Amino acid sequence: MNIKARITGALLAGMLSATALQGAFAAEDTIKVGILHSLSGTMAISETTLKDAMLMLIDEQNKKGGILGKKIEAVVVDPASDWPLFAEKARDLIEKDKVTAVFGCWTSVSRKSVLPVFKELDNLLFYPVQYEGEESERNVFYTGAAPNQQAIPAVDYLAANEGVERWVLAGTDYVYPRTTNKILEAYLKAKGVAAEDIMVSYTPFGHKDWQTIVSDIKKFGSAGKKTAVVSTINGDANVPFYKELGNQGIKAEDIPVVAFSVGEEELAGLDTKPLVGHLAAWNYFQSVDTPANAEFIKTWKAYTKNEKRVTNDPMEAHYIGFNMWVKAVEAAGTTQPDKVIDSIVGVSVPNLSGGYSTMMPNHHITKPVLIGEIQSDGQFETVFETPGLVVGDEWSDYLPDSKELISDWRKPMSCGNFNVATGKCGGKGS
Amino acid sequence: MHRAFKIFTLLACLILIFPISESQSQQDIRLGINSLSKGGFSQVADKVAQLSRTGDIKLVPVFEALAEGNLYTRKADEIVFMGKEGGNVLHLTDAVTGAPAGEGTKVDFERIKVNNNLRRAVRTAIGALTLLSPDREVRFQAANSVFSSPSEDALELLESAIQSERDVIVKTVMEQARAAALVKSDRSVAEKRAAVKILSQRGDRNALAILSATQTSAEGELRTDIDNAIKELQTAQALWDAGQNVWYGLSLGSVLLLAAIGLAITFGVMGIINMAHGEMVMLGAYTTFIVQEIIRSSYPGLFDWSLIIALPIAFGVTGLIGLIIERGIIRFLYGRPLETLLATWGVSLMLQQGVRSIFGPSNREVGNPSWMSGGFELGGMTLTYNRMWIVVFSAGVFVMLLFLLKRSRFGLQMRAVTQNRRMASSMGIKTPWVDAFTFALGSGIAGIAGVALSQIDNVSPNLGQSYIIDSFMVVVFGGVGNLWGTLVGALSLGIVNKLLEPYTGAVLGKILILVLIILFIQRRPRGLFALKGRAVET
Repeated sequence: MNIKARITGALLAGMLSATALQGAFAAEDTIKVGILHSLSGTMAISETTLKDAMLMLIDEQNKKGGILGKKIEAVVVDPASDWPLFAEKARDLIEKDKVTAVFGCWTSVSRKSVLPVFKELDNLLFYPVQYEGEESERNVFYTGAAPNQQAIPAVDYLAANEGVERWVLAGTDYVYPRTTNKILEAYLKAKGVAAEDIMVSYTPFGHKDWQTIVSDIKKFGSAGKKTAVVSTINGDANVPFYKELGNQGIKAEDIPVVAFSVGEEELAGLDTKPLVGHLAAWNYFQSVDTPANAEFIKTWKAYTKNEKRVTNDPMEAHYIGFNMWVKAVEAAGTTQPDKVIDSIVGVSVPNLSGGYSTMMPNHHITKPVLIGEIQSDGQFETVFETPGLVVGDEWSDYLPDSKELISDWRKPMSCGNFNVATGKCGGKGS
Repeated sequence: MHRAFKIFTLLACLILIFPISESQSQQDIRLGINSLSKGGFSQVADKVAQLSRTGDIKLVPVFEALAEGNLYTRKADEIVFMGKEGGNVLHLTDAVTGAPAGEGTKVDFERIKVNNNLRRAVRTAIGALTLLSPDREVRFQAANSVFSSPSEDALELLESAIQSERDVIVKTVMEQARAAALVKSDRSVAEKRAAVKILSQRGDRNALAILSATQTSAEGELRTDIDNAIKELQTAQALWDAGQNVWYGLSLGSVLLLAAIGLAITFGVMGIINMAHGEMVMLGAYTTFIVQEIIRSSYPGLFDWSLIIALPIAFGVTGLIGLIIERGIIRFLYGRPLETLLATWGVSLMLQQGVRSIFGPSNREVGNPSWMSGGFELGGMTLTYNRMWIVVFSAGVFVMLLFLLKRSRFGLQMRAVTQNRRMASSMGIKTPWVDAFTFALGSGIAGIAGVALSQIDNVSPNLGQSYIIDSFMVVVFGGVGNLWGTLVGALSLGIVNKLLEPYTGAVLGKILILVLIILFIQRRPRGLFALKGRAVET
């Protein structure tokens, strides 16, 4: 009984001092920034790293003196890989914690779930992950790649450099792979690939038994034409997929796989020797050899106190997005979202691959596209880089529904889906 | 050829003694190797092909190093070395003589990049260079790599290699490689028809690929030959495909069996709805991870034994945790299934988050021992070793468990307790301890399943969650309380799933399976093999 009382006492004291501390922090005038990444559940594997990356960026900025003479304070919440919970947590962040901008989300469904909240409460969301496009919102800044900044250059590379004529589009069954594959299919057909030279295959989330699909790929690849796999397989399912490829003896030299969701982080849980030569398309690799990147990796390893931690593309997207926000806030002289939305378009900040990224009027950014081959040490070797920066194209030119649409959030147009054919702002088909 | 080889060795020795006086050909090769550092991937590939025409087998290690990304250029004088990384330094080897050339710091060197095209060119070049090697194994490899990337250039080389070849198996592969190169060349129709015959005798998918590639350009008799050969190969392949699907089904079934067999005891025999079952599997997998980490850092030679070492440890660890859960929580909840469900679900969340805090949320790498990686061809089927061993392993676990239940004293007591607790108790059996050890046994079996599943799945805190539904499905479908039911249930679900998948796709296949199970449970609520008798009613 005595011990119990003592423990409760200690706990209470701890809680009190914690709240006291928090109170002290809040009293000192800070600018609050929300971090909305899952720290538990299935997406924790990818999103926890992004939370750490954001905390590091904020920490670095505070060392430089913060922003507008104030310190930045991070408010971290855990939406637990639960899509409706994302919306609730976003509302809490904006209404209760009064954050001025939110950095977060990974899956497209979580982004779609928080969209109405950001529109209603007029706040900012920086979304750092490559996605399927077909969206442009006033309150959202897409710092990851649109399909034309990742998928289409990758396909072009394979066709030009590896002479690929037959395509397997393999993906997890949800919105990002389905839309990307729809765009790719239209693109390939426009380039003269016959319908029988395209095989599309979808698998459930977390698919484990790849035997049938890998042997189907093998069969599809023995038609005498060079074959490649374009993979939009998401998350955990990749590990057994690559293992099965390796075990069934499919080498990258025979049937290369180019992936859009496999980065350094995913490879960390894998023996990469059988995978050497398979490809990935991103806008950033940890192996990029620039002073800015070397500095970033050094800071990251020191911040996490772990020599083995890797960096990846969505982290770079947050790096770009956060710096853009800082610059826009400084230019506007306020953190008020409306003002920031106006001042951020046209802002240029250095990216980690040796150039500058600019926020475009469609709220997407310019990025270089890199194609890398997996090396035996789990890193990527860049084998191709687009000569210039690629502007993110929100409405795909290859889909009949969206090729007439453009987006421009500058005044006086301020429209995310302007139809150039009808000359009206008003979305698909109108 | 032998003489030439001797002269080369002699030369190599001379160079070791007098490094300055290189012969003319040696200098040419050195220049050639140094030129690999310049130009894009396709230019380097051309240079590799050019170099390989010299036929100098000393190029083989250089090419191998190139393919593995171990070829470096010294920035100062653009000389190319073979290098091995060790921290910040490179251990250098002279590219021409193969003699050690000291160490260098990484910054002074630039790695020569490779891509798939270049790797392919290098593979062909190595194949061509080693076709005449004195080592049978090397020649066999060479013939295979020439076969997989056939080119007209290799034809004459292949023909001379075939003439001097004694080994029947190597000779066959060489002839197939020659045939593959020949059908693409501009040789006579008669020769091509013979080549088509050789290819169709090979009868595998690679032969089919080569034949289909030449199909459209062929005319007349050759065309009909190729068409017939393709048709023949396709019919044979269709048969093998059916066999392959059944094998895949067996393999999926054995994975289901492994995941479910522990649950067949805790849920099937004891009637506890154990939602933490999946986490026991996960803990088994993490135990394997820890065992491998220790082996990697302290006893690297034992790596191939890591799984066998991990098995008893995983059984012990998860069994112990099972025992603690039973003694600490579940024994207070017997006869209250809803509370048990909630309590064990809570335990599962705690275990997951615990593992997440200790090991981090990301996947942990559990390596495959050499006997678990790769695969082999059986006719037109590819069998992978990891799947094959898992089938064998789960069969072994099943037999042992069956033996334990039916033939041992503990198994007898266990059955007695589950069938009539009061009677068993009055016979002097300590029923609470039998309960505890039965639960521990079920948990331990789940743990050793985790050791096996770590070989084919992600080792992450979520590992268990993905198995829990499948496990319950198997046990309920097979009939609660019956081990044979679990076996038949797992295998039939696996096979039906894999036979459906080629036609319906993975997503719809899974949905169909669920619908079938719902319909089946409607007809037979007690599953495939229902227990009969009075014990069931109570």
